[in-house]
Amino acid sequence: MGVKKREKDLTFLERIYIPEIVKGLSLTMRNMFKPKFTMKYPEEKFIPPASYRGRPVLVMEENGEERCVACGLCSRVCPPLAIEVQAGETAREKERYPEKFEINMLRCIFCGFCEEVCPEEAIVMSKDYELAFSNREDAIYGKDKLLTPVNQLQDRIEFLRSYK
Amino acid sequence: MSILEVIIFCLIKILVLLTVMLLTVSYLVYFERKISAWAQNRLGPNRVGWQGILQPFADVFKLLLKEDIVPEAANKPLHTLAPIVALFVAFTTYAVIPFGPVVNIMGYSVPLVVADVNIGILYVLALTSLGVYAITFAGWSSGSKYSLLGGIRSSAQMISYEISMGFSIGGVLLLAGSLRPADIINSQAGWMWNAILQPIGFITFIVSAFAETNRLPFDLPEAEPELVGGYHTEYSSMKFAGFFLAEYANMIIASTMIVTLYLGGWRFPYLENFGLSNGLFAIISVLTFCLKVAALLFFFIWVRWSIPRFRYDQLMSLGWKVMFPLSLINIVWVAVLIMVFKI
Repeated sequence: MGVKKREKDLTFLERIYIPEIVKGLSLTMRNMFKPKFTMKYPEEKFIPPASYRGRPVLVMEENGEERCVACGLCSRVCPPLAIEVQAGETAREKERYPEKFEINMLRCIFCGFCEEVCPEEAIVMSKDYELAFSNREDAIYGKDKLLTPVNQLQDRIEFLRSYK
Repeated sequence: MSILEVIIFCLIKILVLLTVMLLTVSYLVYFERKISAWAQNRLGPNRVGWQGILQPFADVFKLLLKEDIVPEAANKPLHTLAPIVALFVAFTTYAVIPFGPVVNIMGYSVPLVVADVNIGILYVLALTSLGVYAITFAGWSSGSKYSLLGGIRSSAQMISYEISMGFSIGGVLLLAGSLRPADIINSQAGWMWNAILQPIGFITFIVSAFAETNRLPFDLPEAEPELVGGYHTEYSSMKFAGFFLAEYANMIIASTMIVTLYLGGWRFPYLENFGLSNGLFAIISVLTFCLKVAALLFFFIWVRWSIPRFRYDQLMSLGWKVMFPLSLINIVWVAVLIMVFKI
């Protein structure tokens, strides 16, 4: 093999290890008294920033009506075909509303295409990340679970506007 | 004392020691996880009981309830024997290490050691080298390449480091003039600790102790990233727990050995000059011993989470080219101490 040429030889102090070991030990010792990063999850919850893509929800206006006009763009763009929309007619100004709006949360991949494509800002990604189901039926979210008051979604809507 | 009384006292001491050892081992696992978490700015186990204080029991119950799998290719008798040997060695070694002075209980003078034998250190050395067999058996009988590699590594490593360990002890024996642990402790009265008189021997012994107990930075027999789990890859359930317990029990033995040989054992410096009563003297001595051992155990864990693992050739060259000559130099140094300063 022969003697290898090194770019830099270790000094004598580095070669007897002990000062370096003491350095390493003091580093870990200092770290033991630093504040911890762990979040005690069920007791204290992580509040994500506005850029976070959680569960998609439908925006509900202050008067309790949905913004959605059931154009079906979100269901067309959805890559895993998780959204199902059925349009209906109303006497309201916008004339169309979703009779049925279902998102299969087992299929949803949280890509956010639905909110990007939506012309009415009617479907946005919320900050909700606690999605556990005990059976498959529970995973299909209907309008009752999707409709969320607009004031809870304000910072996400502002975030989307700043990027459009 | 009649022979019956001796046996009864011995049984009581064994019972107390075993209980304390098992509890210490289980809480050592807990503190290992806690300290590792603190060193990495985490919290560690904190769900079972207050601050996770019942975690060891949860772990034990989990392991007891698991399926015991023996691989098809394994040599079954040896596969079963290996953890038994490991545990046997780990728990019998402690018999000769004194954890306190001679105390008077109900008119009897009882030495706080299970067996006060005059070849104590030799006994410990013999038994700890038996521990290699447990790991080699486990590695060979599992019928798995990872286990075998772990077993081979551990036997090579232990044999290499046993030599520098033996020579480091040589220095201590020269000063004490006896193989009896109690005499070695008595020779370190006051501040005449061997760690202060022969620092080189102290360092070589500590390094060898790390290698003997397979702790990081010398945990090559286990080496999770390269050997899956090393010699205990093919073990599950309580057999795995046996190795786990033995590893931590070996850590305690290494700490008690370091305390006995180099840090003055149960002696609190100059405590006998304070004029304390016999009972109080014994209690403070035992507490001193526990404190010293606890500090060393913390050091073991602390080092594990600070220093990366050695490469195998580095380990061997460190053992043979550095530790072995250093321990020889230490013997010469002790001889000079004895000749020149008449200690």
